[in-house]
Amino acid sequence: MYGIGVLKGMWVTLVHFIQTFVDDIKWAGKRYYTPEGIAHRSSKDTKGIFTVQYPEEKLPVPEEFRYIPILLQEEDEHGNLHDRCTSCGICAKVCPPQCIWIVRTEDPVTKRPVPEPVDFFIDVDICMNCGYCAEYCPFDAIKMDHDYELATFDRHVQNIYNKEKLSKPVSYYAKIRPTNYAREEALRAAEAAKKVEAAAAKAAPAS
Amino acid sequence: MTEQTATAPAPAAEPTELEKRFPGAVKRDARPGYEGYVVEAGKLREVATAIRDEMGYDYLSSVTAVDYFSDAPNANNFIEVVYHLYKSTGGGSLVYKVQVPRDNSVVPSLVDIYPGADFQEREAWDLYGVKFDGHPDLRRILMWEGFNGHPMRKDWKEPYFEEELKPFKNRWPEGQVYRIEDHNPFGRNVKYPAGFDPEGFRESADPALYDSLERAARAYSEDIDTEQVVVNLGPQHPSTHGVFRMAVRLDGETIVALKPVMGYLHRNHEQIGERNTWIMNMPFTDRLDYLSSMSNNFGYALAVEKLMGEKAAPPERAQYIRVIMAELTRISNHLWAIGFLLNDLGAFFTPALYAITERELILDIFEATTGSRMMCNYFRFGGVARDFPAGQLDKIKDLVRERLPRKIDELDLYLTQNELVRSRGENVGVITPEEAIAYSTAGPVLRASGVPYDIRRADPYGIYDRFDFDVAVRYHGDVYDRYMIRLDEMRQSLHILEQAVKQIPEGEIMTGKNPYQVRVPAGESYGRVEGPKGELGYYVVSNGKANPYRYHVRAPSFINLTILEKMCVGSKVADAVVNLGSIDIVLGEVDR
Ligand code: SF4
Ligand code: SF4
Repeated sequence: MYGIGVLKGMWVTLVHFIQTFVDDIKWAGKRYYTPEGIAHRSSKDTKGIFTVQYPEEKLPVPEEFRYIPILLQEEDEHGNLHDRCTSCGICAKVCPPQCIWIVRTEDPVTKRPVPEPVDFFIDVDICMNCGYCAEYCPFDAIKMDHDYELATFDRHVQNIYNKEKLSKPVSYYAKIRPTNYAREEALRAAEAAKKVEAAAAKAAPAS
Repeated sequence: MTEQTATAPAPAAEPTELEKRFPGAVKRDARPGYEGYVVEAGKLREVATAIRDEMGYDYLSSVTAVDYFSDAPNANNFIEVVYHLYKSTGGGSLVYKVQVPRDNSVVPSLVDIYPGADFQEREAWDLYGVKFDGHPDLRRILMWEGFNGHPMRKDWKEPYFEEELKPFKNRWPEGQVYRIEDHNPFGRNVKYPAGFDPEGFRESADPALYDSLERAARAYSEDIDTEQVVVNLGPQHPSTHGVFRMAVRLDGETIVALKPVMGYLHRNHEQIGERNTWIMNMPFTDRLDYLSSMSNNFGYALAVEKLMGEKAAPPERAQYIRVIMAELTRISNHLWAIGFLLNDLGAFFTPALYAITERELILDIFEATTGSRMMCNYFRFGGVARDFPAGQLDKIKDLVRERLPRKIDELDLYLTQNELVRSRGENVGVITPEEAIAYSTAGPVLRASGVPYDIRRADPYGIYDRFDFDVAVRYHGDVYDRYMIRLDEMRQSLHILEQAVKQIPEGEIMTGKNPYQVRVPAGESYGRVEGPKGELGYYVVSNGKANPYRYHVRAPSFINLTILEKMCVGSKVADAVVNLGSIDIVLGEVDR
């Protein structure tokens, strides 16, 4: 019969409509503005209203989420911060839109390059959030941040981030990416242990 | 695979049929790393006809050009036009090339032999300045008429030119931060041709377009008795899915001629790709068809891995992950396509929102695995960037086994039998199988016309030969079937996914170390995948250096548009929008 198809379609919308209320009643007001409610709304079981009321509600970002890079700084026992970055330049060479600028210096006496960069710029307007810099940095010195609320009024000065603006303590990184951090620390520890062993092996026959 | 493998035999090898048939005019391409034949320009049409009619290569996949240029004295400079052909019954490629001098590059047009060459030849004319002799409508296609120069030529420089190749020198260790716009400010960054007078400039794009429309209208019917009007649909219109414009000539409400106008989003993707290093191109491919970045990554990775050989063969687990990601992408893309096709039909946004709810859940998986919902940048040469985080595979399993089948059925119940969808879709924009092949349409458009051609089956890549699935095919070739085929394909994708999530082994996800600079041996390769929108091909040429010498994208949405005029002429203007929606284009890929 002509019209059956339309009616079937309307049935589907009606089911959706009713489910919204059923789900709301089931959750007794906890469906919105609670972390469980948000998690439910992005799970496979969700029915009814799907949207998240940004900015009052925010979707939790997954650990791998990447936005703008950050530079990690290690804190020593005196509370001084040291860049992990060694100005090796790999991130600047691999960055697809070429938005990383690194200033490396030489020691005035020895003329050898100083590891920590004098300055480090990223033009975040140009950055395409690809994550290559973090992926290819051999020293785990540059990582991708989770902060995505970066709107500014000016695009020329404020959006070229310098080292000061890019730097974050390692503890911040450990907080936003715990599993990555744990894995990398384990690797670094293993590597350090290997080095100690190798040094010991070298030293042993000499003594 | 191909007539000859990449390690070309010495020219002394036994001449093939084709060489015997056209002695002197067809020679094997003997450059190491290259394949196929080099055809003399004068004989091209004859050879092409023979290849189509006698050898059965009826599907012209890609036409593009390469500029072999060096400013060294006495360098052998020429432009090469490269044709990739396949049989619509499946199997490997046949490649032939025509070499012409740079300053007088004229190649006979193949439009009447392969109508699908139309836009691609226009593109090669636009970007490389190759004149296709006999092309019926050789206008620029991505740049505007009146543009000076041909921007893919190796000696052309963009207004904000910085350096020939990346990485740029001033980034490290001096790091003098500046924006190239400041050094090359707007207004002083353009080189005008000698004797150019900006005051006297007359825009010539629109006159050329309307002229072409008029010619097409006359071809449609000689005696124009009623008054005809020209209407521009777009470029700013929601039903054109982005900045896309259709100039139509109407007789009453009937379309008598239609010319698509594109390039508003053109950013010379291929030139950017040739300045980039190999690995840098991966995130740029995300930005082509931004709804299905995983498939884009897949095609590019395949093309480069072909050149790199064994040392970049991905391990088992990576192969499975690739298939899982590509099929999830197909589902999310088709959900989007169906949703927006319904928008074009006038069912404003309720179906679209139901469909993209499910897409959202798929994007959640992409985000958790790759770090980004749409710009995934996930594939690497020899594997994928990272493994699934804990719990993601289970999430995929839940989606694939429970939610998506249910939701696809719901969409089916919701729309398929709807009388309005049927009456707006059935017998609208019909493409016959012969036309579909001749016009080089690909993907759902081709298969909805009764041609069961799916690269996953016809010329398998990755590990698709291991899965059991049917090639979805429908036979009417109308808008309704192009809607139905997307439902079918989603179901087949779910079927593949079910097998893949069951079989996926543990293990490595990368072969080798994932270096930041890859070595790619010299040669050419064409990698193609069955993207959600059709055949997505990458033609890359390496000269052994750190940057690709040529990087070409065979964009399915772009080439599928070739047939749009044919679909629309003779139907009502309202159907133009629906026809366009049923092709499913993304302007990032059309304009590149
Ligand atoms: S951030 Fe890493 S890759 Fe970049 S210069 Fe520093 S150490 Fe090298
Ligand atoms: S995320 Fe990508 S684009 Fe951004 S700074 Fe890092 S490498 Fe460059």
